[in-house]
Amino acid sequence: MSLFFQLVVSGLASGAIYAALAIALVLIFRATSIVNFGQGEMATFSAYCTWQMINWGVPVWLSLLICLAASFIVGIIVFRSFIQPLIGAPIEAMVVVTLGLFVLFQAVTMWIWGADQRAFPSIFPDGGIAIGGVQVRISALGTLLALAIAALSIGLVFRFTRLGLSMRASAYDRTKSMLVGIKVQRMLMLGWGLAAVIGMIAAVLIAPRLLLSPTMMTPILFYGLAAATLGGWDSPFGAVVGGLLVGVAESLGGSYLPMVGAELRIVVPIALTLIILLVKPVGLFGSYKVTKL
Amino acid sequence: MTLLDVRGLSASYGKVQALFDCSFSVGDGEFVALLGANGAGKTTMLRALSGIARSSGTISFDGQRLDARPPEERLRLGIAHVPQGRGTFAEFTVDENLSLGAITLSDAAQVRRDKERWYQTFPRLRERRNRLAGNLSGGEQQMLAVARALMSRPKLLMCDEPSLGLAPAITAEIFEIFKDLHKRHRMTLLVVEQNADLTLQFADTAFVIETGHIVATSPAHEMLHNQDIQKSYLGV
Repeated sequence: MSLFFQLVVSGLASGAIYAALAIALVLIFRATSIVNFGQGEMATFSAYCTWQMINWGVPVWLSLLICLAASFIVGIIVFRSFIQPLIGAPIEAMVVVTLGLFVLFQAVTMWIWGADQRAFPSIFPDGGIAIGGVQVRISALGTLLALAIAALSIGLVFRFTRLGLSMRASAYDRTKSMLVGIKVQRMLMLGWGLAAVIGMIAAVLIAPRLLLSPTMMTPILFYGLAAATLGGWDSPFGAVVGGLLVGVAESLGGSYLPMVGAELRIVVPIALTLIILLVKPVGLFGSYKVTKL
Repeated sequence: MTLLDVRGLSASYGKVQALFDCSFSVGDGEFVALLGANGAGKTTMLRALSGIARSSGTISFDGQRLDARPPEERLRLGIAHVPQGRGTFAEFTVDENLSLGAITLSDAAQVRRDKERWYQTFPRLRERRNRLAGNLSGGEQQMLAVARALMSRPKLLMCDEPSLGLAPAITAEIFEIFKDLHKRHRMTLLVVEQNADLTLQFADTAFVIETGHIVATSPAHEMLHNQDIQKSYLGV
């Protein structure tokens, strides 16, 4: 039983990272009806920038702050240069553009920093604490806490501020939002910036565990996609629940299902996505209409 | 004094031209009815005025040229548009819808006072303030749409077919509110309607629009009794 709880806890910690990426994906999907396949690679790029600054001797927290701000700006630039001109274009064109972002950011990262893996410092102290016989790493708790803070602050801003209300309205209906005087393009732009920031949070949380490499976030994108599909593509809350569930399912599946094992873990999110799409295509908390391609 | 002056306004949807060289003006504090059959171009006219449909020609409002300005700037200058089919945000609460109406205003205390004022005018909205707009009845949604438009403190309130899909009693209630806004608050109103008889009883002036042209203009009470216009254009 202790093994079970151990697996659940480590699953939750991974799940927090999938949830963060899923939140980023969902924010963009809600606002612009686009799945940003480049989200993970954009996050990797941000993590590399952070690593570079730390390597130059800049304090870790300052590097993080600067790079979070830079990620926000990169998100905005990506929106302005690649997405805004295409608003209203067919969905296929959008998919190709975001796949292009995937290739672009991976290539740029590899071009600047090469393909070697780099050690990324953990922002949390080493060690663990025992809670009722279950060993919990401090980094796992820290990761969950970071997700909770990020998700909660987004939730509060969305629910209680004028800016959040404008962003939600823009995502809900562009024409109506224009009619009440919201600068819709600016809100969509902010959405892309915010998503890039959250994506980076996911990347710097997982980088110490996976080691930094240009393809670090590629598998995480699958988990993020599964989490968003499970939670529902128009629900940030669903993304959090979906992420945590996918993390736990992966952790339990990898240990209890002999045919999966550690090597085939990536099958878990893909299988989950397939099952959700067959059983409940809108996800647990979603209400979005289903599009068949 | 003229509040809105439109000269040579044309608009099209793709290749289909919906408005041809329309010119008219609306005085400050005037209640204007824009009448016409289905597909005559009434909705396009409002959309062109609020800036969500592209148009050519000149639109002057309160001494300023509007035609090159985006919708949100026109709203800031004082044009509020209640679109056809209410245009409320169905998945947002009544209170949030009112907040959205005032999203261009930064004085939070003033916004609260305005909300209070419109809740007094529309007590049913106050009772339902935490409900989702999508769960309101058609009449309540129309009231919410009007109240939301008023939250932006407009000089001109444009309303597209407020009677659409509503029971006659509710429609009458909404027109009473228009009358009150018009008489007591000196609000300028531009109301698009198919229900000519009802609208003409409340309006000062009426324009008739047919296949994109303004074909008749006269004081509302004259048009109410002008059998020719009623027969030719309004299908009465």
